[in-house]
Amino acid sequence: MFRKLAISSAALAAMTGAPAMAQDIAVKLGVLNDRSGIYADLSGEGSVVAARMAVEDFKAAEKGMKVEIISADHQNKPDIGSNITRQWFDVEGVNAILDVPTSSVALAVADIAAEKNGVLLDSGAGSTSLTREQCRPTTIHWTYDTAALANGTGAAMTKAGGKKWFFLTADYAFGHSLEDNTTKVVEANGGEVVGQVNVPFPTQDFSSFLLQAQGSGADVIGLANAGGDTVNAIKQASEFGITQAGQKLAALLMFTNDVHALGAQTAQGLSLTEAFYWDQNDDTRAWSKRFMETHGAMPNMVQAGVYSSTMAYLEAVKELGSAEDGKAVVAKMKEMDINDPLFGKVTIRGDGRALHNMYLFEVKTPEESTGEWDLYKEISSITGEEAFLPMLEECDFTKK
Amino acid sequence: MFELLGIPPQVLMGQLLLGLINGSFYAVLSLGLAVIFGLLNIINFAHGALYMAGAFVAWMLLNYFGIGYWPALVLAPLIVGALGIILERTMLSRLYHLDHLYGLLLTFGLALIIQGLFRNYYGISGLPYQIPDVLSGGQNLGFMFLPNYRAWVVVASIVVCLGTWFMIEKTRLGAYLRAATENPTLVGAFGVNVPIMIMLTYGFGVALAGFAGVLAAPIYSVNPIMGEQLIIVVFAVVVIGGMGSIMGAIITGYMLGIVEGLTRVIYPEGSAVVIFVIMAIVLMIKPEGLFGRPV
Repeated sequence: MFRKLAISSAALAAMTGAPAMAQDIAVKLGVLNDRSGIYADLSGEGSVVAARMAVEDFKAAEKGMKVEIISADHQNKPDIGSNITRQWFDVEGVNAILDVPTSSVALAVADIAAEKNGVLLDSGAGSTSLTREQCRPTTIHWTYDTAALANGTGAAMTKAGGKKWFFLTADYAFGHSLEDNTTKVVEANGGEVVGQVNVPFPTQDFSSFLLQAQGSGADVIGLANAGGDTVNAIKQASEFGITQAGQKLAALLMFTNDVHALGAQTAQGLSLTEAFYWDQNDDTRAWSKRFMETHGAMPNMVQAGVYSSTMAYLEAVKELGSAEDGKAVVAKMKEMDINDPLFGKVTIRGDGRALHNMYLFEVKTPEESTGEWDLYKEISSITGEEAFLPMLEECDFTKK
Repeated sequence: MFELLGIPPQVLMGQLLLGLINGSFYAVLSLGLAVIFGLLNIINFAHGALYMAGAFVAWMLLNYFGIGYWPALVLAPLIVGALGIILERTMLSRLYHLDHLYGLLLTFGLALIIQGLFRNYYGISGLPYQIPDVLSGGQNLGFMFLPNYRAWVVVASIVVCLGTWFMIEKTRLGAYLRAATENPTLVGAFGVNVPIMIMLTYGFGVALAGFAGVLAAPIYSVNPIMGEQLIIVVFAVVVIGGMGSIMGAIITGYMLGIVEGLTRVIYPEGSAVVIFVIMAIVLMIKPEGLFGRPV
């Protein structure tokens, strides 16, 4: 009986032998983001599409890897995000968690990933703490952070003559951290902050606050907020004639989908910093067109970051031959020279911060724009070393 | 002019005017709620979702049919009102004999479903809707720049509010309505078709929400959660004014808009809660609301 079973299973193995042998590296990826709330458009299903495209483009099956992708909604709540993360690592056997916008959730997930020796490839969150105060050997922070945004937009606008700044700050941790980061950059470039107002989060009507900003005589009104708040503030600034009167608006965190929601008519002339724009070169255009066909909207930098970080991760797993040891995979990724179709040259620093160029864009006028997604023109670019904060000594995990 | 709490008069004037503009939305929305509660005894939690639907209908009319702002100002409330009538006929009308709570739960569920549907099809980022050309630009009033569109919002909402008040309190139709809610059997015996009247009232109440939605579309982001954020404040306005009091809802709407506007200069962090603080105080001192009849 047993012998018969052994023979038949041997025969079965012989029949399916080649592929079974080749598929011995199993990888399970979990895309954890906001699928229903305010960040659903900037991450959401689009990030899952991006991750799937990465697996496809990496030709994982041909390289003997069996990659599975699952996804869940963390509803922007750290407790829900933590529960899903623990279940994914403990029960589902997930190796790496992708995306994770909303800094509070990302920080919670980073801790669990370190504890379980899994990997966090963060694209959607903005907090610099992920690679500083709460740096972990299993975290990679791919796309952007608040410091890079402040450096990009803050420095460029101050140098261009916007010396006096007034901040409209979303009254919670993220808004204050964005304001602090930008204030430092403005002051370092010879500018000054003439005032600020803490705006309750979320707010529909910004007219009172905009009027205060207008009265302050500032050259630049810095919007230290995100999502719908930023969209409303910009829409109303245009209505109250603030931009037309010569004051400039600086959106400190804004994504392509937000600009698309505003339309070129309202958003024209706005300066913003991003790590990726779909219409930068042939590679980004080709990839974005494919993304558009599946998802129905152009990708933003967060979704592009999910794609690129997944590609780099799979490469490291392939070289190691296993995805089991998260710390080892991340260490491997830090050794690699990555030449990414979307982000160009990328290196990953010892603290997990991915370094790549950041770009300052200006929103086109309706006359310049040739279609609903033709939104940006590139003004300048800065290197990863200039954009991101320097590494903290204690966070350099390559030395430990 | 005088200086109040260290605020220069021109800033004060500006904020008062802005408060009046925001108050316009509160007034039109709380008016719809007050009409529905006063005449149907339904706490209509779907009001915010229908306000959002009004803005979306305006956007759809423009983008799918090329119908601009002015026709939308009439068509969108009619479409939203018709939707309301369907909801009333198929669902709400079964709950009139039950406790208020059932109507509240049903409309709350409906609000979540409507929002979810819009979120599913249109995403969360919002959609652009431009100010009509006639009303773009603005006037420099010396103390502030007043966009023409905002001035229009104040005028339109005051006209609609007063028109509604007049219709309900001063006309024969209004008298029938009020009588029908006091004693539906007796009014029915006089030959008035009470169920149809109730149905049209609900339709009218939610059409007001749709109207506010169209007014809001050019200045706020047209997105599925725009109503959710506003509805709680509007309920507080109705509670402060007195449940079911038509004039109370209108006056309180404008008044609280102004109070909120002033808070935004004096203590911006508190502007999101000031209305609820006032609500708590009013409930402690005069539980029936500022303009409500004692229970």
